[in-house]
Amino acid sequence: MQRQKIKALTRPTASAQAPGSSVARQPRNLDPALHPFERAREYTRALNATKLERMFAAPFIAQLPKGHVDGVYTMAKDPERLETFTSGSGDGVVKVWNLTSREQIWDTTAHEGMVKGLCFMRDQKLLSCASDKSIKLWDPYNTQSKTAPLATWLGNTAFTGVSHHRSLPNFAASSTIISIYDVSRTSTIPLQTLHWPTSTDTINALSFNQTETSILASCATDRSIILYDLRTSSPLSKAVLSLASNAIAWNPMEAMNFAVANEDHNIYIFDMRKMNRALNVLKDHVAAVMDIEFSPTGEELVSASYDRTVRLWDRDGGHSRDVYHTKRMQRVFSCKFTPDAQYVLSGSDDGNVRLWRANASKREGIKSASQRQKLEYDDALKERYKHMPEIRRIKRHRHVPKQVKKAGEIKGEELASIKRRRENERKHSKKGQVPRRSEREKMVLATEQ
Amino acid sequence: MELEVSKMTSQATRHPNPRNPLQPCPHDPEKAAAKQRILEAHKTYGRGRPIRKQSIKDKKLRGNLKSLENKYKDATLKAKDAEILLENESGFLEPEGELERTYKVRQDEIKGDVAVETAKKGFELKLEGLGPYVCDYTRNGKGLLLAGRQGHVATMDWRGGTLGCELQLQETVRDAKWLHNDQYFAVAQKKYTYIYDHAGVELHCLKKHIEVTNMEFLPYHFLLATVGNAGYLKYTDTSTGQMVIEMPTKQGSPTALAQNPSNAILNIGAQNGTVSLWSPNSTTPLVKLLAHRGPVRAMAVDREGRYMVSAGQDLKMGVWDLRMWKEVNNYFLRQPGSSVAISDRGLVGVGWGTQTSVWRGLFDKSRDDQEKIQAPYMGFGGEGRRAERVRWCPFEDVLGISHDKGFSSIIVPGAGEPNFDALELNPYENTKQRQEAEVKALLNKLQPEMISLNPNYVGKLDLVSAAERKKEADLDRKPEDPVAKFRNRGRGKNSSLRKHLRKKGKRNVIDETRLKIDALRMEQNKKARTTLKKHEEDLGPGLARFAKKGP
Repeated sequence: MQRQKIKALTRPTASAQAPGSSVARQPRNLDPALHPFERAREYTRALNATKLERMFAAPFIAQLPKGHVDGVYTMAKDPERLETFTSGSGDGVVKVWNLTSREQIWDTTAHEGMVKGLCFMRDQKLLSCASDKSIKLWDPYNTQSKTAPLATWLGNTAFTGVSHHRSLPNFAASSTIISIYDVSRTSTIPLQTLHWPTSTDTINALSFNQTETSILASCATDRSIILYDLRTSSPLSKAVLSLASNAIAWNPMEAMNFAVANEDHNIYIFDMRKMNRALNVLKDHVAAVMDIEFSPTGEELVSASYDRTVRLWDRDGGHSRDVYHTKRMQRVFSCKFTPDAQYVLSGSDDGNVRLWRANASKREGIKSASQRQKLEYDDALKERYKHMPEIRRIKRHRHVPKQVKKAGEIKGEELASIKRRRENERKHSKKGQVPRRSEREKMVLATEQ
Repeated sequence: MELEVSKMTSQATRHPNPRNPLQPCPHDPEKAAAKQRILEAHKTYGRGRPIRKQSIKDKKLRGNLKSLENKYKDATLKAKDAEILLENESGFLEPEGELERTYKVRQDEIKGDVAVETAKKGFELKLEGLGPYVCDYTRNGKGLLLAGRQGHVATMDWRGGTLGCELQLQETVRDAKWLHNDQYFAVAQKKYTYIYDHAGVELHCLKKHIEVTNMEFLPYHFLLATVGNAGYLKYTDTSTGQMVIEMPTKQGSPTALAQNPSNAILNIGAQNGTVSLWSPNSTTPLVKLLAHRGPVRAMAVDREGRYMVSAGQDLKMGVWDLRMWKEVNNYFLRQPGSSVAISDRGLVGVGWGTQTSVWRGLFDKSRDDQEKIQAPYMGFGGEGRRAERVRWCPFEDVLGISHDKGFSSIIVPGAGEPNFDALELNPYENTKQRQEAEVKALLNKLQPEMISLNPNYVGKLDLVSAAERKKEADLDRKPEDPVAKFRNRGRGKNSSLRKHLRKKGKRNVIDETRLKIDALRMEQNKKARTTLKKHEEDLGPGLARFAKKGP
């Protein structure tokens, strides 16, 4: 006479493993009560993931065999191809490399003097300019090595840089002025010349904007950054910084922004519409920055410096994300992101071209779905707990060469003493007489329209 | 699937949100239903209140937080939707008529009514002469460990009925505990504590854990916590073998020990009726509460760490709210409770004398006031076997009772969590899965420093102001007197001291402030009495009744 309703928990054996199957089932239950210490466990996983990231960090992949005899002072990549790029050295030799095979595919002794600028055109011809007052046009894909150039333009002074227009068959070369040449005409007289009326000094670098294609930016030894417009064939604006800039790079995603590599160890990102203030100041180098480039995503930068290091930056962070160095790498004069944003190339004074990973702990091989899922989960955790002191410490820790570390310390002391002096001046002068200036506008001495 | 849906809707009707401003409105029932769905999902799977974004000025931060909140909301809804995949439903025992009582149902009736496989889970082990026994289930409920007072220790896979190992230690055994899985267990013997492996081989002798009476293992921290006759609480990391900390509890020999499974805090019951809460990060108890008027005999904390049930020598069983530190209800036992255990679904098993009772609904996290239950859910015993320890088997409707004549496994419908998470604890795990889970658990081992009353503080910002922090960093600061503000502030009914006593004096929490306040009150009362006496003397016997109470 059972009147109660009774049911007790039963689980059929098939619920654990289906009959005839070798796979054990793993049912999930997302009830938080079954998962205690949620945050503490997540944090521990984030910490482990951060440690693993640092353990697996091996940025250096290779140095390209049989490098240059003299230092590599300039590099350029082919905008139409992922795997080819070119490098030019101090003895006038230009080499073209294949990245997948890591081999040299073409080379020539292009110039008498130091190769100062290289540029691939859209039709895959190569322009090179040098201190021997000449610009030469090459066809590395269709000609043998060490053949004569397709065309030569001669100038009055040494050329310091060359940049090709995005769509027109024109290129700009810089010396003390900027001359625009037509590729189809080998006349030594340029189509037009651009210069700021009052400036006479050598232009260090120039760069065409690839989105707003008529805009051209240059930086000169007189510490100025000048923007030109080809449509009006006149300069647009000029900003004078406290020290000269060595290189200039446009952001490929935000057409109005560009970065300059400055002699004062910093990188400044400017908006071309508002030159009296930098958008961001990237500080970490301890010597002059020699070259700078945006990644194709526009989110990251790579810079080469006279302090023998290459640094990688986030566009909106103030300090570098990573620092690359090797024992044998000397002063780095050029650096480039590969067009897939996965690798970084550096050319240095010791004549070698080095290939690095853009993300030091990333591995290239094919990953299984679970591996990929794990990496994505780890990334999300690292992002979530990045503010925790222990994780931040481990994530930021880098070994840097003794000289760089020492130089950094000395620089810190110097900056602190300058700041102290300024504060003392401010303390002992009338209120408002020594105004504070924002770090982002401090270095801009003057702007002109 | 139909069953699941009906369950969800029935839940929705049972717990209507009183604060829900969006009762299905006639204008847009669809929208209201969506809102209701979000509320329902948030109740089980939510992680606290959302961040208020309106007051954030930084556009980028506001955007980030907005997307983050949307992600959380999405995850909550998805988790709620995934409930449809849960396979098992919990057991139950329901009376048909009003006159029927669930506690009258006997084990043989239950065994006749449930599935054959389930009926096999109720069994008896007769182990006379070596008891009383203590028992322990592994975390996934697969293994059973029995240890008799006289030194008989046995492990078994209780479901299959196979013996793992059997030891005759020939000395007193006070407690035995599984470690993180069924491969290792610790036994508190006459002098030292030992760790054995699944085959019964002695692996370690913990010479620092002397005369241990109670042990607890914190599985996520890999800490074995013991407390012995001398009253020292000791934590040993079982993955490294290092002693983490040992500290004197200064309460004499402990009478009970229980861990809070949600935050790894240990509750120690003392002879004087206090329960103190300990973490390895503090040499003083985090909280001390007076639970009983006599020694505390047993304690248990529910899996979400919200309620504690304790039994004392004073024949009381108290239910405590651990969020407010308040006693919710207390129940009378005819004999002092010897052991308490709380199942995953909130059933409380308590062994008292030769009886064992199971209570249902002593606490409910989603209700404001907890009702007093009039009769237990089930009862067993009365056969002259004194229950030494009761333990619920995880993920099963089974209560294990170890007594002085062996061990009884009792079927209690509706006790166990029906749906396990195989990546957390798997009752049906195979060897490979066990090994993998062990490696994962070791990788994710939590540090002892992370143990605190609020387990979710990890990764949160410390909101203490800079001034406060600076003040705390100053080692030469004067100690703050907690009762300074009550001293010499007003008289009569609304003095600050009386106000404080009125508002907060009833809480049964004894801390430093409380002691000082009591002392201050005594002092003030004494002073008042002497003043009154003086006034009376001054006025003489005839006018003494007009004497002023104040100064």
